Formats: sequence, structure tokens, C-alpha cells
Amino acid sequence: MSKGFSKSSVGKKVLMALSGFFLMFFLLQHFVINFLSVIDANTFNEVSHFMGTNGLIQFIMQPVLLFGVLFHLGMGIYLELKNKSARPIKYAMNKPGESASWMSRNMIITGIMVMLFLGLHFYDFWIPELNTKYIVGDMTGLSVDGGFRYFEELQHKFVDPIRVIIYVISFIFLSLHLLHGFQSAFQSTGFNHNKYTPIIKKLGNLYAIIIPLGFIVIAIFHHLASH
Amino acid sequence: MSTLDSKIPEGPIKDKWTKHKNDINLVNPANKRHIDIIVVGTGLAGGAAAASLAEMGYKVKSFAYQDSPRRAHSIAAQGGINAAKNYQNDGDSIYRLFYDTVKGGDYRSREANVYRLAEVSGNIIDQCVAQGVPFAREYGGLLDNRSFGGVLVSRTFYAKGQTGQQLLLGAYSAMCRQIGKGKITMYNRHEMMDVVLVDGKARGIIARNMITGEIEKHSAHAVVIASGGYGNVFFLSTNAMGSNASAAWKIHKKGAYFANPCYTQIHPTCIPRSGDFQSKLTLMSESLRNDGRIWVPKNMDDVMAIREGKKSPTELTEDERDYYLERRYPAFGNLVPRDVASRAAKERCDAGYGVNATGEAVYLDFKAAINRYGKQKAHLLGVENPNDAKIIELGEAVIEEKYGNLFQMYEKIIDENPYKTPMMIYPAVHYTMGGIWCDYNLMTTIPGCYAAGEANFSDHGANRLGASALMQGLADGYFVLPYTIGDYLADDISTGAIPTDSPEFDAAAKEVTERLEKLINIKGTKSVDYFHKKLGEVMWNNVGMARNAKGLTEAMDEIKQIREDFWKDVRIPGGMNELNPELEKATRVADFLELGELFAKDALAREESCGGHFREESVELDGEQKGEAKRNDKDFAYVAAWEYKGDPRDAVMHKEELEFKDIELKQRSYK
Amino acid sequence: MNLTLKVWRQKNANDKGGLETYPITGISEHASFLEMLDVLNEQLINDGKEPVAFDHDCREGICGTCSLYINGEAHGPDRKVTTCQLHMRMFKDGETVYIEPWRSKSMPVIKDLIVDRTAFERIQQAGGFISVNTSGNTQDANALPIAKPMADKAMDAATCIGCGACVATCKNSSAMLFVAAKVSQYSYLPQGQVERKQRALNMVEQMDKEGFGNCTNTGACEVECPKGISLEFIARLNREYLGASVASE
Repeated sequence: MSKGFSKSSVGKKVLMALSGFFLMFFLLQHFVINFLSVIDANTFNEVSHFMGTNGLIQFIMQPVLLFGVLFHLGMGIYLELKNKSARPIKYAMNKPGESASWMSRNMIITGIMVMLFLGLHFYDFWIPELNTKYIVGDMTGLSVDGGFRYFEELQHKFVDPIRVIIYVISFIFLSLHLLHGFQSAFQSTGFNHNKYTPIIKKLGNLYAIIIPLGFIVIAIFHHLASH
Repeated sequence: MSTLDSKIPEGPIKDKWTKHKNDINLVNPANKRHIDIIVVGTGLAGGAAAASLAEMGYKVKSFAYQDSPRRAHSIAAQGGINAAKNYQNDGDSIYRLFYDTVKGGDYRSREANVYRLAEVSGNIIDQCVAQGVPFAREYGGLLDNRSFGGVLVSRTFYAKGQTGQQLLLGAYSAMCRQIGKGKITMYNRHEMMDVVLVDGKARGIIARNMITGEIEKHSAHAVVIASGGYGNVFFLSTNAMGSNASAAWKIHKKGAYFANPCYTQIHPTCIPRSGDFQSKLTLMSESLRNDGRIWVPKNMDDVMAIREGKKSPTELTEDERDYYLERRYPAFGNLVPRDVASRAAKERCDAGYGVNATGEAVYLDFKAAINRYGKQKAHLLGVENPNDAKIIELGEAVIEEKYGNLFQMYEKIIDENPYKTPMMIYPAVHYTMGGIWCDYNLMTTIPGCYAAGEANFSDHGANRLGASALMQGLADGYFVLPYTIGDYLADDISTGAIPTDSPEFDAAAKEVTERLEKLINIKGTKSVDYFHKKLGEVMWNNVGMARNAKGLTEAMDEIKQIREDFWKDVRIPGGMNELNPELEKATRVADFLELGELFAKDALAREESCGGHFREESVELDGEQKGEAKRNDKDFAYVAAWEYKGDPRDAVMHKEELEFKDIELKQRSYK
Repeated sequence: MNLTLKVWRQKNANDKGGLETYPITGISEHASFLEMLDVLNEQLINDGKEPVAFDHDCREGICGTCSLYINGEAHGPDRKVTTCQLHMRMFKDGETVYIEPWRSKSMPVIKDLIVDRTAFERIQQAGGFISVNTSGNTQDANALPIAKPMADKAMDAATCIGCGACVATCKNSSAMLFVAAKVSQYSYLPQGQVERKQRALNMVEQMDKEGFGNCTNTGACEVECPKGISLEFIARLNREYLGASVASE
């Protein structure tokens, strides 16, 4: 690898795409596991317990994920600022919508909204988890009544309709982010082919709609189920 | 009394160039880096010359009025570039290309130069391919050719309809490599204002930095003028807005003879003018004539109805149409050479049959071709008894494949669908065969001053064949100048850098500044364009496609009058020391106003019709060729090289007699 | 037709500049946009004012000199045309038309609507060529057959006219489409292989030095490009650059 790679615009773009791929892969598995909660509480509990107590996942994958999130965020903000400074004088009249989609032009907005949501999401789930497991030291995954606590905790979070609404809105932002991000990551890493790019674009749209929609279903499902 | 020595090498024509290259002086590589060469213009000739000279080791300074060398007007050439490669095995050869070029030029070009051009044509293609020029290819991966301009072989290489662009970008990339290496110093947005002579030799130029207005002195051991043609003397032409003759005219005023200014090519297939606001004319490739049929209505009633929008041309039956080229020239029909097609269109429009509001347009109709191709295609696809709609659909698809980009361009400009209604076309000034006189080495009558590409006169005679301009520009730049210039520079190896603080440079710079001051201080009432348009009108009406003694004499007086008015009444807003497009235009138009008069004078002196120059007094009086152009080889087989004497009308003609040893002179016939 | 023009006027690079309003009347819908500006300038000169400076040359859409950000779009509202090919029939009678220069830190204004595009020159000089000297002994042009699809792709990339619309329209002022077109052209051709990797590295390095923004794949450049240069070439440049970086020592 040349020294200048990570300093170059193209290098940064590739790194942005690679971290994006990684996050999209994470999102997929996160979605699959969470959706189990809609299908079967027991399976969800078992998988959650495995994920929450497996050393490889906890001490290797989790830090990598955290790094991926922070890198994607940090690089995104850095590039946005740099790109903004490349045009110090703005157009008095500009119609960017004539040539590019809203999603592609506003990744920073949808991205920051998703990141803000992540803050709430961490506060809701991750920080209590860390507290229970590593501060309190309870690695059993059991609730006071003896069963696994994961499903119950999940459903409990969605009692509050305000939280459900915030989650739903956030997933819409996630969808908008992915509508551009999915195909863009392929373009950035050099995948563009007459035959395959249309398929990638369709796949990207499917992914960007189905996954956030699925998360919305999960949130609403548990909200309704908890009443 | 002639002072002209064309320096054509001795020997058989096919050996002249090789022998000459072996005989001329060379400059030692170690010495080349001490020699400066100025190249004005970055089109095919200038760009190729600058790159090649820098590769050889010379220190090159390159000048362009555009913001990049890549924008020179060579970029607009569409059709292609000829080369005697004989890839199609259709009997092409160097001799045939030589013969076609001399014949096409109506026997008014210099044989030895043309032969050399044909000789190096193949190398050009090799060189361009090596540079990464993406010429069109066949499925087998080899280069494709097409036939062009009514010749009998397929020798034209092309890159879609953008051949000029691709060749220029090739030369530009070669230049970029040398600029990056520091071998070429590039002066963008710089205009050459004058040439500087020291001891009678060209030793530099005065240039104006077009951003700051600064007058700069640049010295060199030789100066190459590759600044293109002077078609903009007509105001409306297919040239770029900035294309100008000032560099050529400035060296003319300092001693370079100007040859055959009256040889102008008027291209038949341009998009007609639509109003007074028109700033330039757009050419469409002449390949359109391969499938289009040219006509005007037979009846004046129909003409009027069409002009008033009461009738559509598609409503006219075959009987009501006059396919005048097919009528007058049954053998060649719509494929007659450019000059013949242009004059025929003018003849019909002058007779009142022009089909648009300005009365200056004829139809180019693809209906027959669409039908023919549609039927062929239907047969090919196995469509049984296709209906008319199907045939038209299939035919239009074929036409789109062949000319899609041209049709789209036409529709963008005229806002009519040329698949459904016939195109309108009219001739427009396109190329100037005349230019600075130069010898076999491309040196002008000023020692150390060279002329290359469209700026010189040597290769196209009185008429240029299609796809030959690109060939000549690149031949001069890549393969002729780099060799011949060494012959002169070999004497300069110990001269050392030319100082710019000499009295000669100071005087030239002062003269330029004073001229600019004079222009800007006129503070008259009319814009530069006003005068340019007036000049263009006189040129087009009296010195255009058909010329006669009376009109030409009048034109000389009228141009002189416009020039005098210009120097009294032009208004140039803004100052000298800033970017000032009006001032730039004014300096160029001032030169056109002089050149135009010499142009008319030359046309007046040439009392024959040849190539692009048509004198109404010199036509065949009877027989099959009645009314067609009549060349007079007995009295006019010479190059008219004009020496400047202070006023364009006082210019003195020097004749270079043309000798045709390898080609027999024949009158052209397209009947 | 009659229009109200809002034109950016700026005396020189150091001047702050601002929009001026000019009414203009009696414009033919068949006139090109630049011919409309010619009429405006003629009018300004007759009124004793300074005409608007704008870049233009061939006026047939190939030299790449003309620019202009018209009503919020590079080369105006039409597609696959340069400003010189834009016709007034694309506008409505009575419309207000904004005319601004390209905006990018790397393409500063010189005067009025004229910008400095020499950044493109320097990028090209960094590697946009094949290192072959002029020689009468280059191998025969047909010695190396090139598959037609490859030659056609190279041609598609090579049609770039270097006008800068891609930079002007990109929300990030990225020059990727311009650089990608040149790198791609040579990467398709056998003649371009020798310097292929170094070319991608050098041209991208120079592009970054010039201060252009980063490509975020919005695709605006492809839409506004008068020659329709495809985004596919940007992907190709990413690939070329990635490959060259991995392979470099």
C-alpha cells in the first residue's frame, strides 16, 4: 500500500466505503437477531445470551464495531467539512435537486441523525448491558424470576410511545442514509459494471427499505405486545 | 525580380524529402538546450511542433490566447484525417494521396510539399495511436476507415465525429508531458502582439498577458507561427470566436509575404443563419451528403408558402422539387466537391429559391435514404411486406446510427426534427487555403520565422480536400518543422540567449503599447462587433463564393472606408491593464480590416476561377461545361505572394511559378 | 422574449463582486445563450458601460471554453449541451435568469464570469499522457489490435472537453469525473499500460493538491456533463487507484 493512500481523497473514500460495508453487515446480523424477538422469545433470548457472553464477540468484535462506527462518523464529518471548504463562495441560485437525489446530497444529515439515535440506543441497551455485566458483574443473563432477561427488557423499552416514535423516525433516516450508502459503497470501491450495477442498485434499495422497515416492525410489535 | 526561393530539393519527387533530411544541418543534442523556440498557437500544428521540439531538447515557449492549449480550434474538426496507409487494400498509395490532393487543390499547390505531406501521412496515424488517440476500430481490432470528400479510396481515419478533438488532445497530452518536465513554458491567455526582428532575423515576440494587460517581451532563436486561418475576416464562419489572423498579419507587416489570400473554402453543409444576432455558423460533417439529397422548390409560390409557414416541405411532391445538384451534375450528383456544391446553393438562393426567412437555405433531405435503408433492413430482418411506418422506423434507426450526433446537434440549434422534415443547410466560410508564404522548410521570408498548419499556404492549393487539414497540421508539427528548423538553428548554437533589453525589443514593445493606447483612446460611438459585422458583410457579398472585378474593386474601397471609420469611431470600454475582451477583439478586427483589403486585391488580380476562388468572368462559355469554373493555367499557374508596403492596396505581388512535373494538369469535371 | 438577468460582476480576482440586474428585451428564442449575452454586451457598450466578461470560443460545444452556472445549473437547464449550445427557447418569456461563474476554491474567478481552470492543466501535466516521443519509426498503427469495445470505451472517456461543469455542479467541488475520464481512457488502451499505475497515483495526488473536494458519488457530475461522461469511469479510477496503491512499494 502506498504511503499516501489514506491521505488521498480516493483512499479516504475507499475507507469510508469499507467501514460502510462493515456497518451494513453488522446491521444485517443485528436485524436478524432482533427479528427473532418477533418470531420466538426463547430463541431470541438464547442467541442474545450467546452474543452477550461470547468472549470473541464481546472483546474483539465489539471494540472493532465501535471503532467502525466512530471511524465512519469521524471521517464523514471530516470529509464534509473539507468538501464544504472547497467551495467558499456559494451559488446565489442553485438547483442541486436537478442533478442529484436528496439522499446523496444529505448523507451528513441522515448520518448525524442516525448517530444521535445511536446515542439513545446505547443509553437504552448497551450501557445498561455493560453495567449489568461488567460493573455489577452479573454474567448470568437471568432476570429475578429465573428466565433470560433479554426479551423482557427489550419489550419493556417500547412501552413508551414517544420512544417508539423516535425509533421509527430514526429508522427512516437510516433508510435514507442506506438508499445512497449501499450503492455508493460499491461505486467507491470500484464496482461499477453495466450488467451488475443495476442489480446492486435494486439490491441496495431493497436492503435500505426492508431492514429499517423491519426494525420499525420490531419496535411497533413490542410496543403493541407490551400493552 | 522575384525574391522567392522555395528551396525545393533536387531529385525525383519521391526522394526529395529523404534526401533533404539527409542533407540538412543538425543541432547537437547538447546545444539544443541552449536554443529557445517560440511557438504561437497550440492547435494541431503548433501543439505538435511544440511537443516535438521540446522532446528533441529545445527550450520551447508556447503561446495560446485560450486558457488552455487544448481549446485551439483544431478541436472542432469532425470528419477525419487522411493517410495513405492502404489498410483497406483498395489501391491507395502515397502517390494517389499526393495526386488527389494536388487535383483537389485545382493544381495551385506546390508539388514537392504535397508529396511530402502524403509521404508522412502514415507516420501521423502511427504516432497518434501510440499516444493513445482512440480512433474508430473494426470488430477485428484494426483501425477503421471511411471514404471522404468524393475520393475513390477509403483512407480517412476517424474518432466518431470528433476526430479533431482526439488528435488535438493527443498533441496536448504530448505538450503536457513536456510542460510538466519544464521543457515547454506555457503561456496561456497570452496574445502575440508583434514579432521582433533583430538584424533581420525573427528573434522574439511581444505578447500581451490577457489577464493583467501587461506587455511582455519574449526572445527566442526562432519563431513559429501556427495560429490558424483567417476565416473570421467574414465575421460569420465556422471558426471559433477568437480565431484570428493577427499573428500572421503582424509577421506579414514585418516582412513575411502573404500568399494567395483569396483561396477560401466555403463549406456547403452548415446550419443556416437564423437572425442578426448570429455570432457564428455551425458546420455539419459533409458525410451527410452521402445520404442526403439537396433540393429547393421548383415553383416560387411554394417557396413563398414555405417561408410564410403556410406549407411544409414534406407536402411537396417529387415533381415540385428541384434536385439541382442531381440535375446539373448527373455523374457526381450530391457528392460534387465542396466549392461546386456551395456555389450551386448560392445560385439557387440568389435566384430567390431559398427556403427560410433569410432566403439563404436549401433542403438536405433524408427521406429517400430512410426509405431505402428501411427496406434493406426489413429484408435483412426478414420482415414480410413491411408497411410504410415500419420501413420508416427501421430506416430512421439506420440513419440515427450513422448520423445521430449530427441530427441531434441540428435539432438543438434549429428546433426541428430532421428525421421528419428535411434539414436546412447553407454554405459557410470554413477554411482558408491561403496564408503566410513559406519555403520547403516552412520558413517565411523572414529568416527564422516559420509558418505551420492553416497559417501557411503550401499544401492545399486553391481548394482543400476533406480530412486533409488535420493531416497537414500534424505533418507540419510532428514531422516537418522539427527537422527543417534545425537546418536554420545550426548556425545559432553559439549565439547564446537573446537579450530582451535591446533597442529592437524596446521599440516593438513601445509600438504595441502605443497602438493599444490609440485604440482605447478613440472613445468613439460604435462597438468592435459593429465594424466586424460590416466588414463581414462586404466580404461575403463581394469576396464570397462568386467574385467579379467590379465587386472586388468596390470591396477594396469599402473595406478601406470601414477601416478608417473604425480608427475614428470605435468604442472600447475598460482599460488596457486588465482583462478586456473588447480590446482583444479590437486588435484582431483592426488586422482583419487590413487583411480583407489584401484579400480582395488578390482575388481581383487572379483573373481565373480555380478551386474556392470563382471569378464570374472566367467560366466555360459553351459545351457540356458551360457556366462552370474555368481555370487558366497558362497565365495563373503561380502562387501570388504579397509583400507589405504600408497599405494593403499597395502590396506588391511576387510570383512563385508552380511546376507540375509529376502530374498532368486537367480541368475538373463533375458532369 | 424579455428577460431579467442577474449577472455576477467582479472586476478582478481581488474584488468582492456581486450580482447586477439587467433587463433585456427582444431576444429571439432561436438565439443561443451566448448570443443573448452578446446582445446584452452590445447594449452595455452603447450605454457606455463595461460589457460582461465571459469565456467562450468555438461556440459549437467542443472546445470546453464556455462555462456559466445558469439558474442554478451548470451549462443551464438543458442536458448534454454546453452553454454555447443552450438556446433561449429553453427559457420562458419574462423569466429571471441567474448567471454565475463556476464556484470552486480551485477555480477562482478572474473577472466577472471567467474563472481560472489551470488546476486542470496541472492535473493533466502530472500524468495525463503516454510517454512516447515523436518519431517517424513508431510501430505501425495496426500492429496492436484493440478490441472494439475497449476502443469504444476509451473514446467515450476521451470525449471530455475539460469545461469544469463537473466541479461546478458537484456539491463537494470534486474533480473526479475529469480525472477519471483521462485515467480511464489510457487504462483501456494497450499503449497506456506501461504507466498505468503511476498515472493514477500521480493524477490523483495532483488533484488533491489543487484543493478539490472529495467525491461522494452523488452523480450530479454525470447528469450535468455536456458530454455525458459516465460515473462508471469514476468507479474505474477508484479501482485503478486502489490497485496502484496496493501494488506500490
